[in-house]
Amino acid sequence: MHFDAFDRYHEKESFIHRLDPRVKVVVTIIFIISNALLPDGAWMAFVFAWLFLLAANTLSRLGIAYTFRRSLVALPFALIAVTVLFSIPGKPVANFSVAMWNFVITDAGLLRFVSILIRSWLSVQIALLLVAVTLFPDLIHALEHLRVPAILTTIIAFLYRYLFVLTDEVFRLLRARESRSAASAGKRSGGGVLWRANVAGNMAGQLFLRSYERSDRIYNAMLSRGYTGHLYTLNAHEMKPHDYFVTAFAIALISIVQIIGRL
Amino acid sequence: MPISHSTTSFVAPREEACEGDVLQVRDLHFSYPDGHSALHGVSLKLCDGDKVALVGPNGAGKSTLMLHLNGILGGHGEVEIGGQRLTRDNLPAIRAMVGLVFQNPDDQLFSPTVFEDVAFGPLHMGLPEEEVRARVDEALEAVRMSSYKDRLSHHLSVGEKKRIAIATVLSMKPSLLVLDEPSAGLDPRARRTLINLLRELPITMLVSTHDMKLVQELFPRTIVMDEGRVVADGLTMEILENEELLTAHGLEKP
Repeated sequence: MHFDAFDRYHEKESFIHRLDPRVKVVVTIIFIISNALLPDGAWMAFVFAWLFLLAANTLSRLGIAYTFRRSLVALPFALIAVTVLFSIPGKPVANFSVAMWNFVITDAGLLRFVSILIRSWLSVQIALLLVAVTLFPDLIHALEHLRVPAILTTIIAFLYRYLFVLTDEVFRLLRARESRSAASAGKRSGGGVLWRANVAGNMAGQLFLRSYERSDRIYNAMLSRGYTGHLYTLNAHEMKPHDYFVTAFAIALISIVQIIGRL
Repeated sequence: MPISHSTTSFVAPREEACEGDVLQVRDLHFSYPDGHSALHGVSLKLCDGDKVALVGPNGAGKSTLMLHLNGILGGHGEVEIGGQRLTRDNLPAIRAMVGLVFQNPDDQLFSPTVFEDVAFGPLHMGLPEEEVRARVDEALEAVRMSSYKDRLSHHLSVGEKKRIAIATVLSMKPSLLVLDEPSAGLDPRARRTLINLLRELPITMLVSTHDMKLVQELFPRTIVMDEGRVVADGLTMEILENEELLTAHGLEKP
């Protein structure tokens, strides 16, 4: 059984897919930083940043609304910012009370909240686009080229490789429990809450032990092939002139967004 | 309940004297840190071109022995590979000479892509890039998986993973191939492909297995282990005829 739900790469033949992964990583990061730097209520700049994103979507041949459809799952996280609605002083727009507290929404708070929402929504979308147009191993290579410390890239690479193996393991454990969660006729199955919590705890422990032992076997397999503490990899990627050109062009566009945001 | 057996070993005379030019193990003892003792004086010799099966019940010490052959575990006794005694200093050289393939290919294949996994060994041997690429191509060709170079390891079937796992050590050009239960968990077709592959590979190999049909078909020589000892070492056809020996060590005639 394979569990591929985490694989977000979409095989397509496009100009964006063929770009060097470094270009995609760098542009993504700059785009996210640019979003974070835009002032509150820079509506025109937000619109232009969004157009930039739509253009990238279209160029990747994933369809103009590709990242929009997937971005909504990440929105609940932006609700963490909900406190700014009440905490920034300004003219009251609305108020409501919960139990003994009275909440007042201010205009400045509302402005900031909506701006944060838009910023995070744009940033999530470009990240979604990045993983859709770049193979994960290429992404790791790009990080290596960009001098991210080897220990971090190695951890990410192992995480990626064994995430699938571990999810398979979890599903096997869950299935084994399901298969034996029988009930006698007319009786409620499952025992008490404490007992069930106990079972779940044991399963988590099992999973940890299995992973721990697996890590030992993997390390042995690495040693067997000459691992001494340094990872060596071949990096197949080479920056071509058009890669530099695309990077420069994208940075120019993002700079224009910044200028618009500050006019 | 341990099976009791006589300590007198059944040893079939080999047709020609073997000097053990590829592998020599002399009186190897090993206990795990928890006190469980796994090897009690194992000795064996392998010559160039030998294809040897290592059989025995679960817990006989087969995997423990295999982990000694490239110095992952270090017990008391001597291990010599290609005439070199295994010590802490020559570990990297020994590991290039002994290609150890683990039972579970998910432990063996730890890189994101097939290419990176097969290139892992050669890269750690410090070979130049062209040589690494040539060896990866050669190893994948040898296991008939050339078209899988850019595939992601977690997308492969078990049979495919097993063959890639063998390629990951072939790329180091080992003089001894050590496989731990290569046919476990394979469907008949994948098993057949694997058998043909092992038959074609012109390398000395030591293969631990429970698959007695595989032993009969592929290996002229068999070593039987039980309770941390070599209890028989000889021609496969003779060992498979000795039903008393097979029953005593929990094995079955195919």
